[in-house]
Amino acid sequence: MDMLAGKVKKTSQNLDSAMNPTDVLDRPIRLTARDVTVHYGAKQALHGISIDIPDRAVTAFIGPSGCGKSTFLRCINRMNDTIEGAKVGGTIKLDGEDIYAQDLDVVELRARIGMVFQKPNPFPKSIYDNVAYGPRIHGLARNKTDLDEIVVSSLRKAGLFEEVKDRLAEPGTGLSGGQQQRLCIARAIAVGPEVILMDEPCSALDPIATAVIEELIDELRENYTIVIVTHSMQQAARVSQRTAFFHLGNLIEQGQTEDIFTNPVNKQTQDYIMGRIG
Amino acid sequence: MNALVVAGVLLVILGISYQTGWSRSRNLVTTNGVTVHSRPQYHGTFTALWAMLPALAVVLLWAWFGGDITRNYTVSLIPTDTVMSLDQMGLNNAINRINSLASGYGVTGELAPYEQAAGDALRSFNFITFAGSLILAIVAGGAGLLYARSQITARLRARNQVERAVNILLLACSAVAILTTVGIVASLVTEAFKFFTFINPIDFFFGTVWAPNNAGGTNHGQYGLLPLLSGTLMITAIAMLVAVPVGLMAAIYLSQYAPKSLRAVAKPLIEILAGIPTIVFGFFALVTVGPFLRDVGNAIGLQVSATSALTAGVVMGIMIIPFVSSLSDDILNQVPRTLRDGAYGLGATQSETIRNVLLPAALPGIVGAFLLAVSRAIGETMIVVLAAGNAPILRGNPLEPVSTITVSIVNQLTGDTDFTGPQSLVGFALGLTLFVVTLCLNIFALYIVRRFREQYE
Amino acid sequence: MATDIQTSSSASADRRKLVRSGLRRRHLNEQIFRGLGIAAIALALGFVALLFVDVFRKGIPAFIQSNVHLAVTYDPAVIDVGPAPARADFASEAEFNAASLKWQREVALLNWNTIVEASLRKALPEGYEITSRELLAIPETNARHAIREKFVSDPSLLGQTVEVDVLASANTANWVKGNIDRSLGDTQQQLSAPTRGLIDIFEENGTITNGFAWSIFTNVDSRSAPASAGLLGAFVGTLWMMLIVVVLAVPIGVAAAIYLEEFAPKSRLTDLIEVNINNLAAVPSIVFGLLGAAVFINWFHLPISAPLVGGLVLTLMTLPTIIIATRGALMGVSPALRQAALGMGASKTQMVFHHVLPVTFPSILTATILGVAHALGETAPLLLIGMKAFVASVPATPLDQAAALPVQIYLWQGNENRNFFEPRTAAAIMVLLGVMILLNGVAIYLRSRLEKRA
Repeated sequence: MDMLAGKVKKTSQNLDSAMNPTDVLDRPIRLTARDVTVHYGAKQALHGISIDIPDRAVTAFIGPSGCGKSTFLRCINRMNDTIEGAKVGGTIKLDGEDIYAQDLDVVELRARIGMVFQKPNPFPKSIYDNVAYGPRIHGLARNKTDLDEIVVSSLRKAGLFEEVKDRLAEPGTGLSGGQQQRLCIARAIAVGPEVILMDEPCSALDPIATAVIEELIDELRENYTIVIVTHSMQQAARVSQRTAFFHLGNLIEQGQTEDIFTNPVNKQTQDYIMGRIG
Repeated sequence: MNALVVAGVLLVILGISYQTGWSRSRNLVTTNGVTVHSRPQYHGTFTALWAMLPALAVVLLWAWFGGDITRNYTVSLIPTDTVMSLDQMGLNNAINRINSLASGYGVTGELAPYEQAAGDALRSFNFITFAGSLILAIVAGGAGLLYARSQITARLRARNQVERAVNILLLACSAVAILTTVGIVASLVTEAFKFFTFINPIDFFFGTVWAPNNAGGTNHGQYGLLPLLSGTLMITAIAMLVAVPVGLMAAIYLSQYAPKSLRAVAKPLIEILAGIPTIVFGFFALVTVGPFLRDVGNAIGLQVSATSALTAGVVMGIMIIPFVSSLSDDILNQVPRTLRDGAYGLGATQSETIRNVLLPAALPGIVGAFLLAVSRAIGETMIVVLAAGNAPILRGNPLEPVSTITVSIVNQLTGDTDFTGPQSLVGFALGLTLFVVTLCLNIFALYIVRRFREQYE
Repeated sequence: MATDIQTSSSASADRRKLVRSGLRRRHLNEQIFRGLGIAAIALALGFVALLFVDVFRKGIPAFIQSNVHLAVTYDPAVIDVGPAPARADFASEAEFNAASLKWQREVALLNWNTIVEASLRKALPEGYEITSRELLAIPETNARHAIREKFVSDPSLLGQTVEVDVLASANTANWVKGNIDRSLGDTQQQLSAPTRGLIDIFEENGTITNGFAWSIFTNVDSRSAPASAGLLGAFVGTLWMMLIVVVLAVPIGVAAAIYLEEFAPKSRLTDLIEVNINNLAAVPSIVFGLLGAAVFINWFHLPISAPLVGGLVLTLMTLPTIIIATRGALMGVSPALRQAALGMGASKTQMVFHHVLPVTFPSILTATILGVAHALGETAPLLLIGMKAFVASVPATPLDQAAALPVQIYLWQGNENRNFFEPRTAAAIMVLLGVMILLNGVAIYLRSRLEKRA
C-alpha cells in the first residue's frame, strides 16, 4: 500500500517537473486524465493513471506488454465500453468536458477521437467505401461530390492516394499490410477527428512499411493530437514529443521524450530502456 | 433358448482361448526367462481372435442359411401331391402347423395323416442340425485355438497383430458410412430406373399433372413432378420467410446485445424447438395453427384453408428458427473482433456496426447456413403430411392446400413390399429427386461455410 | 476548398454540429434494431411456450378416464360350456394345449354382451326405458372381453357375482368430459338421448367414475375399443428400436470416428469419407426410410413393420451424428496427452484406447443420448418400412410387428373420432416429449457430473 502511494506521489512530481518552457506541454492541453482505474471483473488492470496530453503533438505510451498502455488508450475513446465486465473509474476530460459523463454520447465522442488498431482491419468493402464509411454514418457529406472530395483528401493525407487512385473500387483487404494500415488511418481521418489514437499501429508491419507510417505520423502531427502506443522504444523516440512509461498498470514516469530516454528519473524506466524488463 | 446356448458356447470358447494364450505367454517368461515381445494379454487376445473367428463364422453361416435349409426339409416332409395342391399361403400354413407340432405346442383342427410324423421328423432334424452346427463351431474354434497356441513364441508380435485386427475392425466401421451412401444411391437409382421403364422421364420431370392410378391395372395414371415441386418450393419459401428474419435477429441479439444471463437462459430454450420431433409440430400445425390462420383469414375476408401451404410453411419456419439462429450465431462469432472495433472506433453505433460491417463480413457464411436450412425444409416430411392438405395441384395460391415431394413419397409407399408397379416405384424416383436436390444444396452450402471459416482463420 | 478536411477549430465545430444533427435519428434506429432483436427472441420463446401450453392443455384431460362400475353375474344359463380341461386328463402337453384352445374358443363364441347388458340393467333407475343397443353404447366394446378374460383365468367364477370396473366408451367419455357440445341436436350427437340421460344419471349415482387413465400406459392400441387404446405396444416397439440404435450406432460410430480421426492416412479417400459423412448427416430422414424399404425389406426380406428394420434405419440415420460428435471430442484432446502416452512407449492403439478415449467419454455419452433422443422422435422413415400398420400387440422380439411412439401419434391424429383422439394424441405427445426431456436432462446431468470429475 505504501509502495502504491509512493508511486502516485512520484507521478504527480513528474507532472510538475515536466512543466518546463521548452516542453510541448506549453501547447494547449486537449486531454486530461486523473486517477483513471480499470477493472476487468475482479482484476484491476490500471491503478490511478493521471496524465495530460497536449494539442498537435505525438504522445507515446511505452512499456512491457500487459502493462496497461493499450487499456488506457482504449479508455480515451471509451472502447472499453464494448468489453463485457470492464469498469472504468477516475476522470478523463477532452477540452474540459468529462467523456464519462452520463449525458455524453459515445458515438459523438468517437467521431472526435479516432482510432487506428494494432492489426490493420479494413472492412470487407472497397477502398472507397472503407474511407467513406465514417462520413456516411455521421452524415458529413452533403452530396456525392462532397464525399468524393473527403475520400480523396483523406487518402492523400494518409499518403495512399497515389498508390490506389486507379483501384478505389477494389476491396481494401487486397492491399498490402502497410497500405491497409494507411487505409485505416485514412478511414479515421475522413471523419475529421481532433485526436487520433494509435494502438501499436506498426506491430504487424515490416520495417519499410513501418518507416512510411512513422513518416506519416510525423506529418499528421501538424494537424492532429496523436496518442500512440508502441512496444518499440526506438519508434517512440523517433515519432513522439512526449513519452509516458507504463509498468504493471501504473504510470511510472512521463516527460519529454528526449528526457525520458536520456535521463530517466525512475529506476524501472531505466531498466526498461536498458532492456532489463519487458 | 437356442440363442442362449450358442452365446454361452461362444463365451466359453472366448474364455478358454484367452486364458490359454495368456498362460502360454506367462510360461514363456517364467520357465525360459526370455524377453517376450508382447504382454500376455495380447497373446490372450491373439489366441481368442484365432479361436473366435472360425467359430463365429460357422454360427453365422448357419444363421444365414439354416432357415432356408430347414424350410426345404419341412416341405420335403409333406407329400408331393399335397404340396402341388397348395398355394403359397396354404403351404406356409402347412409348414407352420408342422413347426407347431415339432415345438410341442398344439395345433387346432384335425391332424392330416402325415402331419404328426412330419412334426416328429422335423423335431429330430432341428435337434441334429442345431447340435451339429454347434459341434462344428466348437471344432473350428478349437482348431483355431491350437494353431494360435503353436504360434506363440517370445518373438511373436502378438500386439502388432492384435492391433492390426483392431485397425481392420475400425476401418470396417467407418466403411459403414460409405456403405450407407452406396446403399442409398443404389436403391434409389435401381428402383427409380424401374419406374422409368413404366413412365417416360420427361413426363415425370416436366409433367404438370399428378394423378397416379393407385388401383393398379394397365392404366398407371399420370406422374408429373411439377405440382409437387411447386408445393415443396412454396412451403420452403414461406418457411424461410418466417425462420430467416426471426432466427437471424435472435442470433444477432443473443450474440451482440444480450447480457450473459439472458443468453444462458434463452439459447437453450430456443434450442428446445430443435429437439421437438417433427410429428409434434405437425400436430400443432393441424389442430392449432391451421384453424387459427383460417379464422384470421375469415376475419379479414380471405379464404384460407386450415391445411394449406401457409400453415405448413409457418410451422416449418418455426421449426427451423433454432437451426438458423444457432448456425448464424456460430458464423457471427467467427467474424474477428478487430473488424467490430474498427467500426466502433469510427463512431458507428452498435446497430450500424452490425448492419454495415458484421453482417456483410459474415454474409457468405450466413448464406451457407440458409442453404442448409432450405435443404432441411425441402426434406421435411411430417409437418407437410399433416398440415399441407395433400392436394397435388399446380397452383400458386399459398392459402390453398398443396402437396409436396415428401408427402407423395409417404402416400405412394404405404409399406408395400412388392415394388412392381409405378404406383409404388414412383416413391423412389421422388426420393432420388429429393436426394439429389438436397445433396447439391448441402455440398454447396458446406463448401461456402468452409471457405468462409478458412478466410478468418 | 470548402469540403477539404479542415482542422481549424471552426471547421471542427461545423463537423460536430453535423454529427450532432444525425444523432437522434441514429439512436432511434439503434433502438428499433435492438427492439427487433428482442421481438425475435420473444417470438421464438413464445412459440416454444405456445406449443407446450397448447399440447398440455389438450393432452391433460386425456389422462382422466371414465370407468363404469358393474356388478357382473356369471350366469350359468348364458355360459353353457363344459368345465375347463385340466392338464391331468391328458397324456401330452400338445393334446392338453389343443383341448384348452378348443374350450377357450367355445367360451369366446358365447354372447357375453347379454351378461354386460344384464349387469348394466341392474344399475338402471326404476322404470328407465332404454334399448339394449343404447345401453351397450355406454361401456367400451371390449368390456365383454375384460369380463370374459376374468372368467377364462378363473372358471370357478361361474354362477357368482363380482364387482368389475370396465372402461366407458369413447363417446361416453366425450359426453362426461364435455368434449362434445351438449347443445347439439340429436342428429349430430353420437349417442341417443336416453343414453345421454342415463350417463348423467350414472355419473350422479357413482356408477360412472373418473380416474387416472393408467390404460394409456398399460394397454395396446385399439380401433374397435377406442377408449382402451394405449401406448404400451408403441412404447415397447420404440424401446426395441432404441436398444438396437444404442447397441449398433454407438460402437460403430465411435469406432469409425476413432479410425478417421486417429488412424486414417490423410488421403483423398478419407477426404471423401469426411465429405460423405457430413452430407449423410444432412440427408432428409425420409430418404433413409426409402433405403430401409428397398434394402432391408425388399432385398434382404427382413420382416415388415418390425422394430429390427426400424432400428437399423434409425441406426444408419444416427451414425453420422455420433461420428461427427465423437470426432469433435477426439480433436479436442490436447496433443500433450497424446505425446505423453507415446513418450512412455505406448503404441498408437494403446494411446487411443488407454488415454484419449477415456477423456472424451463424457462428450461421447452426451452425443449418444442426444442422438438417441433425436431418433426417438423420428417418424417419416418408419412409415416407409410399414410401421404405419395398426398393431394391437406388444412386440415380444424385435422381429414382431410393432408400432412406435411417434407413429402412434401419427395414427391417432388421423382417427375419425376426433373429439376423443385429439386429446389422446396430445397425451401421447406429452409422453414422447416427457421421454425426450428426460433423456436430455440425463445427458446434461451426466456431462456436468463427469466433466467435474475429470
